[in-house]
Amino acid sequence: MREISLHILDLVQNSIEAGATAAKLEIIEDEIGNSMIIRVSDNGRGMNKKMRQLVIDPFITTRTTRRVGLGLPLMDMSTKRCGGYLNIDSIQGQGTVIEAMYQHSHFDRPPMGNLVETIKSILVANPVLQFSYHHIVNNKSLSISSQEITDTLDGIPLTQPDVLIWLHGYLSDNIANLYGGAEDENN
Amino acid sequence: MKTIEDLKRLREQLKTKNNLRHEGGTQVIVGMGTCGIAAGARQVMTAVLEEVAKRKLEDVKVWQTGCIGMCEQEVLLDVVRPGEPRITYGRVTAADVPKIIAEHVVNGRIVAELAVGKIVE
Repeated sequence: MREISLHILDLVQNSIEAGATAAKLEIIEDEIGNSMIIRVSDNGRGMNKKMRQLVIDPFITTRTTRRVGLGLPLMDMSTKRCGGYLNIDSIQGQGTVIEAMYQHSHFDRPPMGNLVETIKSILVANPVLQFSYHHIVNNKSLSISSQEITDTLDGIPLTQPDVLIWLHGYLSDNIANLYGGAEDENN
Repeated sequence: MKTIEDLKRLREQLKTKNNLRHEGGTQVIVGMGTCGIAAGARQVMTAVLEEVAKRKLEDVKVWQTGCIGMCEQEVLLDVVRPGEPRITYGRVTAADVPKIIAEHVVNGRIVAELAVGKIVE
């Protein structure tokens, strides 16, 4: 994957396939501490200890683990190449927390990429998922929840054309603001 | 800067229009497994949402789904028109999306050269 935001889309899709009804995405970027942490927590079916060890090995994928497949091994590899880690914390029947860490300034760290499109896709194409997104960049922060948006819409679908245009603007403006309103590393 | 307040105003405008249809529309489904994402599924999704907004398609539902086992054909995009078979398009790129939306979603003509199969439900 060329962008961290694509890994994020993949992690959230894993949550959905694990039967999650709620998923939380946290991104914490700290340039002084030189770290970028991506954390996805869900209330899906979770994994037992054995499965948790298997999922980061791409060569031990059985039919039952295929829903995880290559996504986590790829992200594991990508974090390790950047002086970071991928940690999987899971309780069977309760949910999973995946935490990925990259050294923020590492030469090999993939760019964040198009986070707007990742968040938009998660929100629009999974209308029943309770999704929340919290993003901290140094001293700025942003919180967006699908609950607040659907409550405001009061029955109007997110796929309504004018709503889609609003959503694109809302995400673009807020995420750009997080990076100081300036063009970020991806533009 | 766009805010939730803007969305509230938009909601009020839309409610007065009274032409909202929430059920029975065409569905567009994009494969978003690791295989799909690696092949460009997010760009395809972006293109779908852009077309829906641009063409003012009020009754299209957009979903994402996981890996269905045809990873070599990703990006997979399905179109389901009400009462018609589910058509699966394979190796779809963002550039193919306007054609699929214009031909199939809007006008009901299957884009045969991009289709990989149909599922009769």
